Amino acid sequence: MRKVCLDSVHQFAKVDDRIVFIGSDLGHGVLEGMKNEIPERFFMEGISEQHVIGMAAGLAMEGFIPYVNTIATFLTRRCYEQVALDLCLQNLPVRLIANGGGVVYAPLGPTHLAIEDIAIMRVLPHMTVVAPCDADEMRRFMSKSVDWPHPIYIRLAKGGDAVVSKEEYGFEIGKAIMLCNPGEGLFVTTGTMTQLALRAATQLENEGISCGVLHVHTVKPLDYSILAHWLPKVGHVVTVEEHTRIGGLGSAVLEFCNDEMPEQAVKITRIGIPDRFAEQYGSQNSLLAHWGITTDSLCDTMRKQLQKA
Amino acid sequence: MGSDLPSKVIRRLIINMIEVEKRGHIGPAMSLVEMLHVLYDTFLRYRADEPLWLDRDRLILSKGHGCLALYAILAHKGFFPLNELATFGKANSRMGGHPEWGKVPGVEASTGALGHGLPIGVGMALACRIRKQNYRVVVITGDGELNEGSMWEAAMSAAKHKLSNLTVLVDYNKLQAYGSTSEVLDLEPLADKWRSFGFAVEEVDGHDVIALGSLMSRLPLDPQKPTAVICHTIKGKGIHFAEGAAEWHHKSGLSAEEIAAMYSCLD
Repeated sequence: MRKVCLDSVHQFAKVDDRIVFIGSDLGHGVLEGMKNEIPERFFMEGISEQHVIGMAAGLAMEGFIPYVNTIATFLTRRCYEQVALDLCLQNLPVRLIANGGGVVYAPLGPTHLAIEDIAIMRVLPHMTVVAPCDADEMRRFMSKSVDWPHPIYIRLAKGGDAVVSKEEYGFEIGKAIMLCNPGEGLFVTTGTMTQLALRAATQLENEGISCGVLHVHTVKPLDYSILAHWLPKVGHVVTVEEHTRIGGLGSAVLEFCNDEMPEQAVKITRIGIPDRFAEQYGSQNSLLAHWGITTDSLCDTMRKQLQKA
Repeated sequence: MGSDLPSKVIRRLIINMIEVEKRGHIGPAMSLVEMLHVLYDTFLRYRADEPLWLDRDRLILSKGHGCLALYAILAHKGFFPLNELATFGKANSRMGGHPEWGKVPGVEASTGALGHGLPIGVGMALACRIRKQNYRVVVITGDGELNEGSMWEAAMSAAKHKLSNLTVLVDYNKLQAYGSTSEVLDLEPLADKWRSFGFAVEEVDGHDVIALGSLMSRLPLDPQKPTAVICHTIKGKGIHFAEGAAEWHHKSGLSAEEIAAMYSCLD
């Protein structure tokens, strides 16, 4: 996913002289091709995220479209004021490519785990938050990113994730995709949690319980119309995200309900990371399992809630 | 120094604005007046009737709380009508307590939170180079603002990229909100700091318009380096009872007598 994302920046930059790339201190050889071909629009600025965001803002104010890349935690926590004021207050078309959204870097510990990035990006006016589910969808998204007139936070997953999206789904920023139509239940997911939900939906289907999967690649702006259409039609909704249960996709769906159809809020259950820092290392999957974010737990939750309904 | 007529005009406009809501960052604006006056009269290339002219020089007031002085000079130079200054701080005004890009003609960046202007200025200076344009970027920073690490991150970057089209003017009035800069977080040796970060550096009396003009006519000081000019100034300059007085950093609820006393300093 990351490779597709960065390669896209290079490809766009070849034909669009507004595109610039800014990294902090990325792995050796990242975008070497772009660096060699277009050195004047390739920057590796060092571990200085506050400066990097301000510099990207300055370039954007002069008509450039900067794609900024570093690890998600450093791109959100360290330079939050710059993101808020330089990018969002001024509403500039800067793209933040965040490596390791969620707990991708599980072995590296809590300093490197982006568990609240969606929440803190989502609350900023003008910010768009996107979390594609696989590399193919990332490619489709990237082609739409160039001319989007606002800042975008792009949450990357681990890489090598199963491809579950299809070309025919297309990609429109702010338009969620129903991967399989709802029956009794509906999973609402973002990023690679969509894969987990698809597996859960298949497992439940084998038990005779029909569940849909709504893939919300754009957490902000949230697709109100698709939620308004489907929520009243299902027995229960389980939101799933690799993110704290506070402030992410699940919260956004509840906010939608509160604003638009309060009676639907009772059928929402949120699955996500509990309100605490990681106590374990291990792998991304082991950490998610530790918090009960597994195919089985998705199935259990949906089963129980549908029984109640 | 500081008694030249244009500077007095700007100071009077600043007091006009303060008078409206009886409040404002007075000290930080007054220390800037000669710097802005010399910049707009002798150095910056701009078109007041075409504020987004592509080849204009970019001036970023990184110490956004000094914006009273910026609004005054912009109005004085015709970026917007002088009588609009009287809207300062009102609900529907374009001019608030910190300047916003896209609202006030001539304001090049939204500042107010400190430590943002220099990184943005680096981006603008790089944009100039990529596009093979010839504009220059000037960033005015406060001294207290240099407590912010982001300024030094950006300074390293400016030197790395040899941004000779970028000049930093430090309004070194030696007072921040709590007290003296030496007491709160000492900046010295400030000139050596900038030199060690890769800048060409000069120091000047920031109220001496002739010295300022002469120095600016020699920019860039080094064709391979960004420039830092340390402007030694007096906070509250021109209002004798506010000069060097930390309590005049920001005032609200000013009385008619205090306003009158401020005007009388300019007589």
